[in-house]
Amino acid sequence: MTSHQLLVLAEFSYDVRQPERGYAGQTLYVNVGETRIAAKSVDETMKRTFIGGRGFDLWLLWQGVQDTTRWSDPENEIVISSGPCGGTTQYPGSGKSIAATISPLTDIVIDSNAGGHFGPYLKFAGWDAIEIQGNASGDVIIFVNGPAGKVQLLAAPEDCPPDTHQLGAWVNERFAETEEDRQLMAFLSTGRGAEHTYMGCLNFSLYDRKRKDLRYKQAGRGGIGTVFRHKRVKAVVVRTCSFGGDANQPADLERIIETGAAMHREVARWDAVQNRMRHRGTAYLVQIMDDYDLLPVKNFQYGSHPDTARINGEVWEKTYTQNLPDGCWYGCTVACAHAVDDYRVRTGPYAGSCVIVDGPEYETVAGVGSNCGIFDPTVILEINFYCDTYGIDTISFGTTMAFVMECYEAGMLTAEQTGGLQLNFGNAEGALEVLHQMARGEGFGRLVGKGIQRMKDYFATHFGADRAFLDEIGMEAKGLEYSEYVTKESLAQQGGYGLTNKGPQHDEAWLIFMDQVNNQLPTFADKAEALHYFPMWRTWFGLCGFCKLPWNDVVDPKNAESDDPTKIPHHVENYVRIFSGVTGREVTADDLIRMSERVYNFQRVFNLRLGKGLRAHDAIPYRSAGPVTPAEYQSRQARYDQQIVEWLDLDPTEMSLEQKLTAHRCHRMAQYEQLIDAVYARRGWTSKGVPTPETLRSLGIDYPDVLAVVERHL
Amino acid sequence: MKVLAFNPDLCDGARGCEIACAETWFHVAAPHKSSIRIQALEDGFGAEFCIQCGACVPVCPVNALVQVKNGVVHLRKQSCVGCMACVGFCPYEVMHYDTDQAIAFKCVACGQCVQACPTGALAIIEADDVSTDLWNGREWRHLQENI
Repeated sequence: MTSHQLLVLAEFSYDVRQPERGYAGQTLYVNVGETRIAAKSVDETMKRTFIGGRGFDLWLLWQGVQDTTRWSDPENEIVISSGPCGGTTQYPGSGKSIAATISPLTDIVIDSNAGGHFGPYLKFAGWDAIEIQGNASGDVIIFVNGPAGKVQLLAAPEDCPPDTHQLGAWVNERFAETEEDRQLMAFLSTGRGAEHTYMGCLNFSLYDRKRKDLRYKQAGRGGIGTVFRHKRVKAVVVRTCSFGGDANQPADLERIIETGAAMHREVARWDAVQNRMRHRGTAYLVQIMDDYDLLPVKNFQYGSHPDTARINGEVWEKTYTQNLPDGCWYGCTVACAHAVDDYRVRTGPYAGSCVIVDGPEYETVAGVGSNCGIFDPTVILEINFYCDTYGIDTISFGTTMAFVMECYEAGMLTAEQTGGLQLNFGNAEGALEVLHQMARGEGFGRLVGKGIQRMKDYFATHFGADRAFLDEIGMEAKGLEYSEYVTKESLAQQGGYGLTNKGPQHDEAWLIFMDQVNNQLPTFADKAEALHYFPMWRTWFGLCGFCKLPWNDVVDPKNAESDDPTKIPHHVENYVRIFSGVTGREVTADDLIRMSERVYNFQRVFNLRLGKGLRAHDAIPYRSAGPVTPAEYQSRQARYDQQIVEWLDLDPTEMSLEQKLTAHRCHRMAQYEQLIDAVYARRGWTSKGVPTPETLRSLGIDYPDVLAVVERHL
Repeated sequence: MKVLAFNPDLCDGARGCEIACAETWFHVAAPHKSSIRIQALEDGFGAEFCIQCGACVPVCPVNALVQVKNGVVHLRKQSCVGCMACVGFCPYEVMHYDTDQAIAFKCVACGQCVQACPTGALAIIEADDVSTDLWNGREWRHLQENI
């Protein structure tokens, strides 16, 4: 059966326009419930105000939903856009897609980015974004056929496989007849895990021309895959015409090529002697985090472990099947998207199969590995494979599983309540069984799949667990599970997680080294400035289709001589050149920050509109700020005792352990509150966390409906 | 391995080779579109061009660079997505780019520059091991000694 033989539920023809200066000039609207397809034009105001990527996602989503819309409602949308620079082949990391929806975990907007070919191919097929609304009554496939100038909503047949790695082969068979078709096609999918959990990820495919096989990158955070399957979408397939290095029809191709070639030379010269991203990917971080006591171990209790050497970058460099270049978009010479070929699956429905495992990346190694007390690389690969094909976010899975394990060891949870599973730290087989249960929506795994916030409620209500303890050790904020860094000794990074729009994900700010290691942010004003600049800077990548990694994971050492090495000015200048080169808009580095401020504040107002976004929602679990348990304190007793002397002018030898724990708690949480005050003031927000009308006016987003939202909270 | 070789002792610096190369591959007499570049040095002239080492081949994400039987690395234009990764990763900085077409280009030892050189400073030779000795005359002299 080919795509021609699938039942067509709706069809829409359009004139395919090659992007001009980075924009296709229209977005695609597909209502899978009403079987309706339409085009929406993109005007200059939309480009200037929201730029693209996450900005376009938020703007389209804002118009599509109501104040009361929740994740499962038909009017909720999934919007995906790359951005004007997405699809640039000359600069590393220029192929990102950004997805946004109202999250089942947080009930506010979640945005999550992924590599892979989908976003750029969608634009080359004529669309700056795709907006999926409605809930279908049966499984559907959306097919964007660029060469034919046609969009189809197709009924997915019953033989459509349930999980991504098999679905990929199925899609290839039906939508691509030749090797060239496969190269020019990309698709979105998820697996059965997304149907039964709130932490479903969305898989973005890329056809690996070296391996001649499909691979996947994940928009992991916040349950976008869950919404995808709730809408009964099986796949979104896009096919584009063949393209070259000028597919965006940029305003100044020469400027882009010169900038890109110079950056490639920088990567070629320095990566091998710096982070070795081309060989180890982001997993190079594992050992560094351990060395600085920042690697989450046993639900963020500790920051290092003697067995870390078993799962560090050196191990992964030997384990990855090197097949350079492993970029997730053409021309990414940072090429961190490694994989393990011919991995023989050991458990679950695919036991005995040989598969490609994408990654594992740092967050996965730390999340499902050290944070769960698991230091066996083959187990990490097994969990990584199943999370991806089931469509479950490895970060949320790892952090959630770590929480469950600590609850189990603390006696908050018994084997009777887990269905007989003894979920101690390090129990790899137990973790895998929970994962398979999550995918099936059965047993204890069904509960785990709802995430930490809901588990805390359930454990306290049904199991009689100590709610205060659960709140302190449950590493979630706003309903989203923490990504994998220990923040206890970096107040700025506590804000980097807590004072985010979507929840604790490090793509807004990663300030631990600046703050904790290099002591570059000694005052609240310094921390507030960093918690303004860096979230705005990193937001900008998501507006334009860029990956953050080439910005600061490989850097010519001459950067140390610059005015502000933390910002990596010569790379910032590269981005200025690329943005101007693509769009024809001559901008400055300050202009890039301004672009982000508009979108960032708009997203904050969006949270308010959906009933959150206030100071109370920026609270963090105490585990992220300081030691919760006596054992945790004792593991770093010398440091904590010293802090009692330095910070509080008290004598720890005169204090009980309980008194010392309380003293730390009071001091650290008060510090966090002071940080919030400083950051809100710097961002132009009230002390309740509401962007002021003046702030919105200065940013040019003082639309009546936006002002109406904030005025309710002033 | 088929490869271009340069003898600085014979070069008069007229750069006819650059023009011949650009005219052959881009139909313009523009030295910046030449795969061979001649530099004036204190004591004469130097040349830089691809020595067919093949380091660029695995760097290409779309398999557009192919080392054929005679050792020459060719760029398949129809496959190239213009990423310039090969430009950045060429150890000798002799992979060039054309900003009009967004493609990379390199010497393929076609010999047009050899024919255009009035002083005989260029030759297509067979070499087992390649290095930048092809640029400075050492390889040339080594070859003559062995003849």
